[in-house]
Amino acid sequence: MEHIVIIGNGISGVTAARHIRKLSDKKITIISAETEYFFSRTALMYVYMGHMKFEHTQPYENWFWKKNRIELVNAYVERIDHSNKKLHLKESSEIIYDKLIIATGSKSNKFGWPGQDLKGVQGLYSKQDLEGVEKYAPDNRTCRRAVIVGGGLIGIELAEMLRSRDIPVTFLVREDSFWNVVLPSGESKMINEHIVEHHIDLRLSTNLVEIIPDENGRAKAVTTDKGDTIACDFVGLTAGVSPNIDFLKESGIELGRGVKVNRFLETNIKDIYAIGDCAEQHEAIGNRRPIEAVWYTGRMMGETVAQTICGDKFEYKPGHWFNSAKFLDIEYQTYGWVFSEKLKREFEEHFHWRHSKEKICITIAYHTETKKFLGINTFGIRMRHEIFNRWLTENRDVDYVMEYLKDANFDPEFYAQYESDIVSTYNSKFGTRIVPKKKSWKRIFKTA
Amino acid sequence: MKAIKNIGLIIFLAGLGIFTSLIFIGEFKFSQDSLDQVISEKGIKSEIFIEDLKKTVVGKEFDGMLSFSPKITSALETANQQHRRNKEYKKVIYTAPHDMAAFIGKKAGSGFIINNKGLMWFLTFGLGIMGALMFIVPNVILLGTKGIKNDGIYHENATNRGWIAWFVFIFLVFFYLILYFRSEYAVNWTYLLDPISVSLSGNQAGHWFVYGFMYCVVMTVMAVRMYIKYRHNMYQMVRTTSVLFFQIVFAFLIPEIMVRLQMPYYDFKNAFPLDYDFFFSWNLKELTASGGIGLFILVWGIVLTLIIVPVMVYFFGKRWYCSWVCGCGGLAETLGDPYRQHSNKSLFSWRVERWLVHGVLLFAIVMTGMTLYSFFTETGTVLGIKTQNVQNSYSLLIGAFFAGVIGTGFYPIFGNRVWCRFGCPLAAYLGFVQRFKSRFRITTNGGQCISCGNCSTYCEQGIDVRAYAQKGENIIRSSCVGCGVCSAVCPRGVLKLENGPEKGRINPTQVLLGNDVDLMELVNKK
Repeated sequence: MEHIVIIGNGISGVTAARHIRKLSDKKITIISAETEYFFSRTALMYVYMGHMKFEHTQPYENWFWKKNRIELVNAYVERIDHSNKKLHLKESSEIIYDKLIIATGSKSNKFGWPGQDLKGVQGLYSKQDLEGVEKYAPDNRTCRRAVIVGGGLIGIELAEMLRSRDIPVTFLVREDSFWNVVLPSGESKMINEHIVEHHIDLRLSTNLVEIIPDENGRAKAVTTDKGDTIACDFVGLTAGVSPNIDFLKESGIELGRGVKVNRFLETNIKDIYAIGDCAEQHEAIGNRRPIEAVWYTGRMMGETVAQTICGDKFEYKPGHWFNSAKFLDIEYQTYGWVFSEKLKREFEEHFHWRHSKEKICITIAYHTETKKFLGINTFGIRMRHEIFNRWLTENRDVDYVMEYLKDANFDPEFYAQYESDIVSTYNSKFGTRIVPKKKSWKRIFKTA
Repeated sequence: MKAIKNIGLIIFLAGLGIFTSLIFIGEFKFSQDSLDQVISEKGIKSEIFIEDLKKTVVGKEFDGMLSFSPKITSALETANQQHRRNKEYKKVIYTAPHDMAAFIGKKAGSGFIINNKGLMWFLTFGLGIMGALMFIVPNVILLGTKGIKNDGIYHENATNRGWIAWFVFIFLVFFYLILYFRSEYAVNWTYLLDPISVSLSGNQAGHWFVYGFMYCVVMTVMAVRMYIKYRHNMYQMVRTTSVLFFQIVFAFLIPEIMVRLQMPYYDFKNAFPLDYDFFFSWNLKELTASGGIGLFILVWGIVLTLIIVPVMVYFFGKRWYCSWVCGCGGLAETLGDPYRQHSNKSLFSWRVERWLVHGVLLFAIVMTGMTLYSFFTETGTVLGIKTQNVQNSYSLLIGAFFAGVIGTGFYPIFGNRVWCRFGCPLAAYLGFVQRFKSRFRITTNGGQCISCGNCSTYCEQGIDVRAYAQKGENIIRSSCVGCGVCSAVCPRGVLKLENGPEKGRINPTQVLLGNDVDLMELVNKK
């Protein structure tokens, strides 16, 4: 029986294992040094905030693995010997594989800041990181102030976590507006306001210079390039993540920033694959980045590689881009491509609408000349994935999207609807006379 | 703000403390006049009982029900024993001992509580309501901006099965035990509500009136909490209002007013088989003896169960009943909301749920079948089994223990829908319709799920919502009561309760939207 070994029990590794099991009878082993069982990384914040217990972050009950004959090994892989198809584990034991999937995910970026390895200084990625926050910032007596460095999705999550226990937070953001490498300015500005609304000390255009230790080797303050010294008991480093592949350096597997893979998720070495956050495409797919550290892309790569391993060779061919996040209380969804002013292509034009009082807005990107719909960002309005996916496939233009926008609304029943307001703003801006069509189940559930 | 909350908590606990102490305190004086009343009202022919009461109770003063009640119950039991031994069956008293104690107790109360009903109402209900509102209302400010307010639920003793939760559990269980089995200890409570009861139905309050009134008060106060917690969520606002309206108007006011108008006491929204004694012969006799309105109720009750309920479930899912109308659901969604996370999500508990809830439904149907057979053929037994015995065991096991003691008492430990999930025969019936013939579903939004588990954690019915959502699959489960909280707590906008076309409602998927179209087709169409 062929032995498939997967390093990493995150969403990509586990998805691969599940699909291989569905398709075959192969022996499957998942190795992880982080936790015994698969858990949802994205939910770690809710454990700290008291919304859930850690066990709630585990999508499968503990009997699931045995029942599906997926063997779990709690160990750290030190070295891969691909010529003998052998893994060397830390406790000097070995595992022989026939096919190997590397799904080791990411680690938090550290950019060589002085003091970055002090006690009370950490990222937020792993279960161990969660334990670290719980240890160094359990309440606002132990942690009188926390400083978060890096204005991205993890940074704002960490800020939300700490605020849930009334810990004062200073948030250092390199850019002059929150996450404006990705978000268009109107949205980024709205999130700035929302951050301040949550009593977070937001410092834009500010970089970390140094973390200062106390006599016990624990962080006690940071200094910034604005010349400020901020006393603190905890420093969160959330300036992005990069592939967790240090253990592969001598392995002979081709590495860039991540593990280099082709469209079949194969590395340069036969029978070794890489998926998820740690995989790096030789060439970016469409507008996607070569390394995509996103929950669902990890899952999709797992779904895909399982086919290849089970004899039905499949290319990794992700569909239209989509994503979602939550900035404190504001939900964010995106379908298709909406670029920030910094990355916008010359043909990309934006229509932006923001509610007069509430923190609700949308940005629709379209082609200047053809009016083709390119993508949408929504804040505080939920949209239907299926509808936008279809419109993107059908190459609809922006007028069409406006006309049928009500079909795409996914907010709960009885919620205020904003489509009419959005469309009338659009009409007055472009001199069009679009009348939004009533929501139609027939259109929504039309099978293409 | 925090200070107001703490003062509120103290006031609430004071009210609750006085309320609880009423079980034990109070003067009871039973006069010869009252005894004569009891004899005539209850048609008592047992001279042993009467003599015994004259000797031990009449003209004496008792301090607290604890000393009063045993006299009555033991007198009744010894009298009945003797009569049975002597085969004097006409003299046997068929009122249960504790009901008799409650009946006599109600006539025997005297002293401060009776003479100060208004003040005592204020010291119990009044303080309770005031204190609870002082504890709850500051949240308008304390909870801050709109959004999901679940911070600290698993850090708080009360909501994480700490000692407070266990205390509340024991308290509720005792409360229900008194209500169902030792109603004489509720006599003092009934005095406080006499004025309200008299103004509604013209009758003095009994312990079921106390329960009905408390139910409404608790739901209203806890609905205020819901309104504040979910003030950004229109679905929750509308739903809470609906469920509160049906409790106060349909379950409480209308039946009381009907009694005043000489009509049968009837809750128009309480559908069979949840209303398990609807077809009991005493009820059928009462209804048929009540003229036009009785007949209307009879027809309405049957139409409600056979037509209205399933048709509405077809269009809206069983939520229209379970979380918009039903009284049990109403209490679960208000008083029970802080405990919704305790429902067990394991596959094992789902298995238990299916056996139990369908078992109860079967029990209810068999019992009703026997009841109707007995009613029309005028026999007391079916296939050698006494119908009365089956009815009694259902009333005791399901009606009292499961729905009451376990259903509500277990809130703080096993979640707020224990009865609805494991025991309610109506829910089982609606569940069949919802599962097999309905337009309702919780739609999963393509590939957006991140498996965080908020939805599963806060599902009061113990549905592992995430298991479906992370596969891009709609949630079609017979037990779903459509409370809408999974959708509310989802951080990524993945879940939406909706009523749409039946076609494509159930959509098993393996590969989610967003991946390679060919792969999706290959795997999902298999």
